[in-house]
Amino acid sequence: MHNKKFIKVRDITLFLLPALLLFVGVLIAPILMSGYYSLFDWNGMGDRTFVGLANYKELFTSIDINFLLALRNSLLLAVLSVFLQLPLSLALALALGKGIKGERLFLSVFFAPVLISTVVIGQLWLKIYNPDYGLLNSLLRALDLEDNIMRWTGDTKDVLWLGNVKIALGAVFVPTLWQYVGYHMLLMYAGVKGVPVDLREAAMLDGASSGQVNRYIVLPYIKPIIKISIIFAVTGSLKSFDLIYVLTNGGPLHSTEVPSTLMISMMFLRNRYGMGSTIAVMLIILCFAFALLIGAAFRKED
Amino acid sequence: MSETKVYTIKKTNKFIKPLVYTLLAIWTIINVFPIYWMFTFSLKNNDEIFGDNIAGLPKNWLWENYSRAMSGGKMGLYFTNSIIISVAAIILTLIAAVMATYAMSRIVWKGRKLMNKFFMLGLTIPIHSAILPVYMTLKKVHMLNSYQALIIPYAAFSLAMAILICMGFMDDIPIELDEAARIDGCGTWGTFFKIIVPLMTPALSTVGIYTFLQCWNELMFATIFNSRTQFKTLPAGINELFGTHTTDWGPVGAALVVATFPTLLVYVFLSKKIQSSFMAGAIKG
Repeated sequence: MHNKKFIKVRDITLFLLPALLLFVGVLIAPILMSGYYSLFDWNGMGDRTFVGLANYKELFTSIDINFLLALRNSLLLAVLSVFLQLPLSLALALALGKGIKGERLFLSVFFAPVLISTVVIGQLWLKIYNPDYGLLNSLLRALDLEDNIMRWTGDTKDVLWLGNVKIALGAVFVPTLWQYVGYHMLLMYAGVKGVPVDLREAAMLDGASSGQVNRYIVLPYIKPIIKISIIFAVTGSLKSFDLIYVLTNGGPLHSTEVPSTLMISMMFLRNRYGMGSTIAVMLIILCFAFALLIGAAFRKED
Repeated sequence: MSETKVYTIKKTNKFIKPLVYTLLAIWTIINVFPIYWMFTFSLKNNDEIFGDNIAGLPKNWLWENYSRAMSGGKMGLYFTNSIIISVAAIILTLIAAVMATYAMSRIVWKGRKLMNKFFMLGLTIPIHSAILPVYMTLKKVHMLNSYQALIIPYAAFSLAMAILICMGFMDDIPIELDEAARIDGCGTWGTFFKIIVPLMTPALSTVGIYTFLQCWNELMFATIFNSRTQFKTLPAGINELFGTHTTDWGPVGAALVVATFPTLLVYVFLSKKIQSSFMAGAIKG
């Protein structure tokens, strides 16, 4: 008869096996392989040439690849998310969390875009931004504003939104904001609802206005959720792909290029498997670095 | 004086309430209008969309836009593919996640905390970074352009969040239930199937909803792995549609509605459940 220990080890192994196979086989091992490939010059077909860290050096110095521009773009999206999208989410969450008429309805409506496929949202906004017939330019024409905006953007016939180097990145950001405000709002709303009622009441009995209650009671209470929202917003911007792929695929003239779109074009258009893997590795490093950095910043504040 | 102070609650400024409602109303319009516009232009012809009737309800309702999207645009096929792939990925995720959670939550052994942390790496790792090696492996075993090519990766990528959610639920199931089952003669497997799995149903639906939306909407892997029409999912298929049918906007709108309508319809009935599954992952993480 096998002893108890053997049975226990067997059971643990069997229970973990499906998850480990999936997780290691499809995520961990490929990522280690990406790290390995990043050390080679390779087009995917012929021989691999070991080049050490040369890909990394090229990535940061080559003007042709211009990774730094892609990185700057994604960080710009991150900054816009944190300083425009999250405050808007917070304002909505605070307004709804106080308990007002129609609270549930507003909440459900604001969250709905999160459930729509990013491709659908991208295609929808392509139509909204369409220079000739789009909703936006039609609206501007009706308000007689298009000429003013064209003077500012430098467009000659219509405002090109996604086709204008100057404003394309901003135009790409708007649908992102539009789609995910509801997501962050929902997280923060859950936090606001979690504030104990007696805490709120005590503050109000002490004469605090509702602004002060928000400032001194609610905000400190939901700080952990704000931290998570910031981490999601920043790492989400770093790895953003779908919407940009649909709207501009990095163009015009790389003005909306982000690391993910650059990685895909490196791998599947230019057949530079080694360099593509180098970008993959940089994405991982960046995501972990920013997640840890934001976590540390919050810990320091406490 | 001090007495009155203790009992007065500061009156909220009377302008605040209308202000709050105005802001909520503005955001509601910004939120709903593009979706409304999508629904209406899916039933119009170009003349109406481009000038006659940009924002109003369709003058004559062109339902044929939908049949054109379904047959010419192959939306029916993409829709079926998306369903098959999402459902299979959910089942695979659930089996793997619940089993692994059981091993880490109910069986006591050294290293189970560490194992959990290992799985949680999956929450931060950008899945896109795995694409090339997975693509090459699939190519080598001739599995590009198949259902499995997406089912297996989707299950793998949903796993970390699934385990996180399951852990939260399973840790709340009292351990006394396991002990009672043990006394009744259940082994590790018996306890798992008879006690734990039935009690985990709320977690399973939470994980199911979350996983479904990830799979239903995923674009990058779907585009790269399944380039053949026969196995395309909705996001990849819709995106391709626009290369060929850009002249008529109506059928395009219809395709977008077809891809969106099912999720929104389910959302109308299960809004609370769906919202809570998005909260479950984030708040506990």
